[in-house]
Amino acid sequence: MNLAIRDIRHSLPRFLLTAVGIGMLLMIVMGMSGIYRGLIEDALLLVDKIGADLWIVQHNTRGPFAEISRIPLKMEDRLRAVPGVRSARAFVSHTIQRERIGKPLRIVVQGLSWPEDKGEWIPMTDGRCLGAAHFEMIADKSLGFRPGEKIPLGKDIYTVVGLTRGMVGQGGDGIAFFTVRDAVAIQFDNSGEAVRLERDARRSRAVRQDIGNTHPELLNRAALPDIPALAGPMASAVIVQTGQGADIDKVAETISGWKDVSVHTAGNQRNFLLDGSVDKARRQIGLFRALLVIISAIIMSLILYTLTLDKIHDIAMLKLIGARNSVILGLIIQQAIILGGLGYILAFYSGKWIFPHFPRRVIVTGNDLVWLAVIVLAISVLSSLLGIWKAMSVQPNEVL
Amino acid sequence: MSANTPERAVEASNISKIYGSGNTEVKAMVNVSFTISKGEVVGLLGPSGSGKSTLLTAIGLINPPTSGQIRIGKDLVTDGPSAMADVRKFRRKHIGYVFQKANLIPFLTALENVQIALEINDVHHKEARKRAIALFEYLGIEERKDNLPHQLSGGQQQRVAVARSLANKPGLILADEPTAALDSFRGRQVMELFQKVAHEQGAGVLVVTHDHRSLDVFDRTFEMEDGTLKLKI
Ligand SMILES: Nc1ncnc2c1ncn2[C@@H]1O[C@H](COP(=O)(O)OP(=O)(O)O)[C@@H](O)[C@H]1O
Ligand SMILES: [Mg+2]
Repeated sequence: MNLAIRDIRHSLPRFLLTAVGIGMLLMIVMGMSGIYRGLIEDALLLVDKIGADLWIVQHNTRGPFAEISRIPLKMEDRLRAVPGVRSARAFVSHTIQRERIGKPLRIVVQGLSWPEDKGEWIPMTDGRCLGAAHFEMIADKSLGFRPGEKIPLGKDIYTVVGLTRGMVGQGGDGIAFFTVRDAVAIQFDNSGEAVRLERDARRSRAVRQDIGNTHPELLNRAALPDIPALAGPMASAVIVQTGQGADIDKVAETISGWKDVSVHTAGNQRNFLLDGSVDKARRQIGLFRALLVIISAIIMSLILYTLTLDKIHDIAMLKLIGARNSVILGLIIQQAIILGGLGYILAFYSGKWIFPHFPRRVIVTGNDLVWLAVIVLAISVLSSLLGIWKAMSVQPNEVL
Repeated sequence: MSANTPERAVEASNISKIYGSGNTEVKAMVNVSFTISKGEVVGLLGPSGSGKSTLLTAIGLINPPTSGQIRIGKDLVTDGPSAMADVRKFRRKHIGYVFQKANLIPFLTALENVQIALEINDVHHKEARKRAIALFEYLGIEERKDNLPHQLSGGQQQRVAVARSLANKPGLILADEPTAALDSFRGRQVMELFQKVAHEQGAGVLVVTHDHRSLDVFDRTFEMEDGTLKLKI
């Protein structure tokens, strides 16, 4: 006869309510590891999806994911000339914050080096790749744009031609892909007034400085839109894919001989991200998750202890009529495991239902689920120890 | 063994129990000796605090005496304060208990309460159920077998407790004021059950009671006073 199940049946509503409570607690633990996993995956998403073998960045920097990196767009051409390089594309990425229907909307503006890169590698759910050098964008669903929608950014209007799902930047903000030129235009969009003021300022600086007198032509040039005209457009990095059979290390070695850039492998970039910008957030959530596990264990202990206390008279009676300790242990541990198991199932299904509504991705992997199941089992057994101790120490004559 | 030397159910030799020590010392039981045979139902009377429960729990292997020896059936079960090794195993096989309260397990049905006593004594589930049903029929409570304890009256609960005490066919049944919580009619019914069990099942039965109207069911009566035992009849 199974005492554990009979006791549960006898006080089913109470037991179920307890299981729901534990389930919610476990759902939070599950969610925490999902948030942890989501944070890492979001951070690595672009690095992984973009499929670069090498990242060429500003000399002595760790690249655009770690710090500001500026590198001339022309670097693309220089890299294409290196033996073993199949493609070199500029990487331009920055986050802008605009307003949409009264709410702040953050967009990661990602440049694609048109025409080499039309965004064929982007996993799209709807629409098409970029088809023109200007004024088209591929946007993530999370940004809330509809296909064909026209979005004004800077001085231009961009048409949403394709949609992606789950393409987000490090901060969890949706990515929108533009051509590099458009991306730069959005980044350096100045108002007409700002441009006019800047031209005036240039003129007065030129007059005050020696160069304005020695090169009078400069005063005329100051009125033109793009001064200093000698500076070319800049990117954050250039990503390189090596050709088939090419030795990545060898290509990297060649490029790292150049004094104006630094070279990192895709693996380096991942590590910079994990050990750098997401590291603290990752540790924060990791520790919080550990705390939650401990708290769950304590709460489960208390619940199981109370469950045992409620039955302590019956346990004493069982001992009095000669029941072995295994009968009593079985009763407590089985209930602990049933409670833990039920809580786990509740956590799983409620999480499945709730997590997708979270603003950032919550990724619960099969591996994490297995781990959590092991942890729940361990917690169930460990937390029944307090109750077991109580049950073992009760004397049969306490019935009388 | 011949018919006129009945088998021993329990024998106590010079058992004493002292609770506490120094100022708080209580001599609850002093040099008590007696024998109860199988098939015999014995009443234990005496004022409150005279040591009846102490005596019962001592021979029931619940609360060992401070000194003296107890034999149950053929076994020496306690020698002074030291009890035999596996007391719980001995209890479940050889002793049945009934108390003032039925102490049924609230989440088991009446029948399951009896069944569990059999199952913890390694009787297989199906067999245990069969035997429990037979006991319910024997005690005339079969129609309440699927009720939970709280759905039973005090008298019915106490009969289930009696059934549980009988489950493993123990040689010794100990009852501590089993009818104190019952009205006189139902108290009488329970007392008659003990008589029936002793005479028909051949168990030795010791019943602590205050109820003088039921004295006729006992084959013999002991009386306790200040921890000492007197034989009445
Ligand atoms: N656990 C105990 N500790 C100390 N004194 C006790 C304990 N149990 C019983 N006593 C004392 O022993 C005496 C006999 O008690 P008990 O056997 O319960 O008497 P009865 O069952 O006849 O009422 C009483 O004076 C009681 O106070
Ligand atoms: Mg008493």
